[in-house]
Amino acid sequence: MDLSVLLKGQKRDLYLKNPSLAASGTFGYGLEFRPYGDLASLGGIVVKGLSLKPRRGNPSPRVCETASGMLNSIGLQNDGVDNFLRDKLPLLPWKETAIIANMYATSVDEFAKLAAILNAAEGVAALEVNVSCPNVREGGIIFGSDPDLCAQITGAVRKNAPDKFVIVKLSPNVTDITLIGKAAENAGADCVSAINTLSGMAIDVQRRKPVLANVIGGLSGPAIKPVALRCVWQLAGALKIPVIGIGGICSTRDILEFLLAGASAIQVGTGNFARPDMSFKLAAELPDALRKAGAASVKEITRALKTD
Amino acid sequence: MPPTIKTLKVLDLVPFGRPGRGRKFFALRLEHPAWPDWNPGQFLMLRPPSFGRELLWARPFSICHMTSRHLICFIKVEGRGTEKISELTRGDEVLVWGPLGNYFAVETGVPTLLLAGGMGIAPFVGYVNRHPQPWNVSMLFAHRDPAECYPLDSINERVAADCLREQEDGDLDNLIFAIQEKIRDCAEQGGLVLACGPLPFLRTAREISLETGARTQISLENKMACGVGACLGCVCQVNDNWPVAAKRGGLVQTCVNGPVFWADQVEI
Repeated sequence: MDLSVLLKGQKRDLYLKNPSLAASGTFGYGLEFRPYGDLASLGGIVVKGLSLKPRRGNPSPRVCETASGMLNSIGLQNDGVDNFLRDKLPLLPWKETAIIANMYATSVDEFAKLAAILNAAEGVAALEVNVSCPNVREGGIIFGSDPDLCAQITGAVRKNAPDKFVIVKLSPNVTDITLIGKAAENAGADCVSAINTLSGMAIDVQRRKPVLANVIGGLSGPAIKPVALRCVWQLAGALKIPVIGIGGICSTRDILEFLLAGASAIQVGTGNFARPDMSFKLAAELPDALRKAGAASVKEITRALKTD
Repeated sequence: MPPTIKTLKVLDLVPFGRPGRGRKFFALRLEHPAWPDWNPGQFLMLRPPSFGRELLWARPFSICHMTSRHLICFIKVEGRGTEKISELTRGDEVLVWGPLGNYFAVETGVPTLLLAGGMGIAPFVGYVNRHPQPWNVSMLFAHRDPAECYPLDSINERVAADCLREQEDGDLDNLIFAIQEKIRDCAEQGGLVLACGPLPFLRTAREISLETGARTQISLENKMACGVGACLGCVCQVNDNWPVAAKRGGLVQTCVNGPVFWADQVEI
C-alpha cells in the first residue's frame, strides 16, 4: 500500500513517505531513538524545540505521571539552533525522512531570525512554529492564544523561511482553536498541527505542595486524546490547509481516529515514553490497520468521518 | 553496548522478608535478555502490559544481578507501578529496554567501600558478584526495614557487610558517624567509594567525600519518563568539574549521563 502523503500548503508542499511522525519534545533530536528502530522508516521527525540560544529550562521536578498521561514543565531546555545544525542534523537521515525543526522564540524578531537560520539548512524539510508552549513565561501560550500575535509570528516565519514548509502548532488552551488556526492560515501558514499540551497541575497532598516545581505544566498522553480529536475535527472543518493531529496516540486505531477526524498526518508524542519503539511500531503497523479499515490510502480516510 | 527493547517472560517473583500481609520486597526474575554485555550500576526500564494506558511510563530499576540464565531486579512496592509489577506471575510477559546508562567504576588493588541505603543495595548484588577482588570490597548497609527484606545473603557470601538499622532517634547520628569513619578510612587508603540510596543518604555521602577528599561515585535515581534521554525529566545539575566543557554548570539527563556520577561533578 502506498502510504505516502503530500501535504499541500499555500506556498510549499511537504512530501511524507508515511503519515506517522514523531512529535517534538518526545523524541529528543531523534538520535536518542536509534537503538530502537530505523529513523528513516518514520514519516518524519519533529525535533525538540529549538531556540536561538541554548535554554536551561525550568527547575525540577518537572515531570509527573498522571492518570493516563503525564505533566511536564521542561520549559524548552535545548542546545540552541546552532548546536543542532552543527552536531545533530548531519547525523539524521534527512535525505530519507522529513526532519522538521520545531522552533521557539520570545519575540516576533527572534522568530524571524530563527526562521532565516533554519531556512538556510538543507536538511530541514519543514518548520513547526511553537506558539503554544504553556511552560515558559515569555511568549509561549500568549502567542498561541492571541490571533493577532499568532498571525504576526506566522507572517515573520513565512517571510524569513520562504523555502520551507511552515507548520504552526496550536494550543488547546483557547476558547476557539479555529480562530487561531484561521489567523495562522491567513498569515501564510502551510499547515497547522494540533494539539500542544493542555495546561494542568498535580498536587502532593502529604506535603501540601505542587508536584511540579513550576506548579503548572502541560498535560499529554492518552488522557488528552478526546480533546485533540475535537480540535482536529474543528480545524479540519474550518481551514483549507492540512491539519496534523497530535494527542495521546498509542495505537494504529488512535491514528485512524485522527485521520477520520480530518488529520492528513499525525504525530506520536508521549507514547514514545511508554515504549521507545512506539513510533517505529505504529509506522510499521499502519498499512495493515488501514487495510483492515477498508482504506486504500491515507488520503481516502482523511476526514471520512460520517456525522449524519 | 547499545540498549535493545525486548519482551521478556517472567520466571518468578521471590518475596523477601517475613510472610504476611503487606510484604513489599521481592526479586523479579526474568528470562535472560541475551544482552551481549552489561555492567553493575546500569539500569533498565520495565513495563508490564497491565499498565495499560492508565500507567503511561515504564519504571526504571537497577539491574540487580544477571546470571547465565536470569535477569534479576530487586523491587519494593512503593506506588501504583510497583504494585502492578508485584502482581506478575510466571509466564507473564514484560517489556524491557536496557541495559541503560553508565556504571560503577571497578578498581583492583585498592579498597572499595560500598555505601548502600535501603533499596540502594540492588545494584551492589551484581557488583560484588562480578568484582575480581571481593576481598578488597566492603559494604555499609543502612536500612529501616528488617535486614531479611533485602538480598543481603548473596552479598555476604562474597564481601563483609556491616548493617545499621535506623529505627529510633539517634540512630541517624550513629549512621552518619559510621559513614564518616568508613569514608575517611577508605580515602586514607586511596580507595574508591560507591554510594546508592535515597537522596539524603547520597547527600551525606557526597558531603563527607568532598570534605575527606574521597573518590566517590553516587548513583542518582531521579524520576524519569523515558530512560533514553528524550523527556528531559530526570536532569541534574553538573558543576565546573564536569568533563564536557559546554555542559558545565548546566543540566544533564541522569538516564544517559548517569545514573552514576562522580560526587565532585554533580550538585544534589
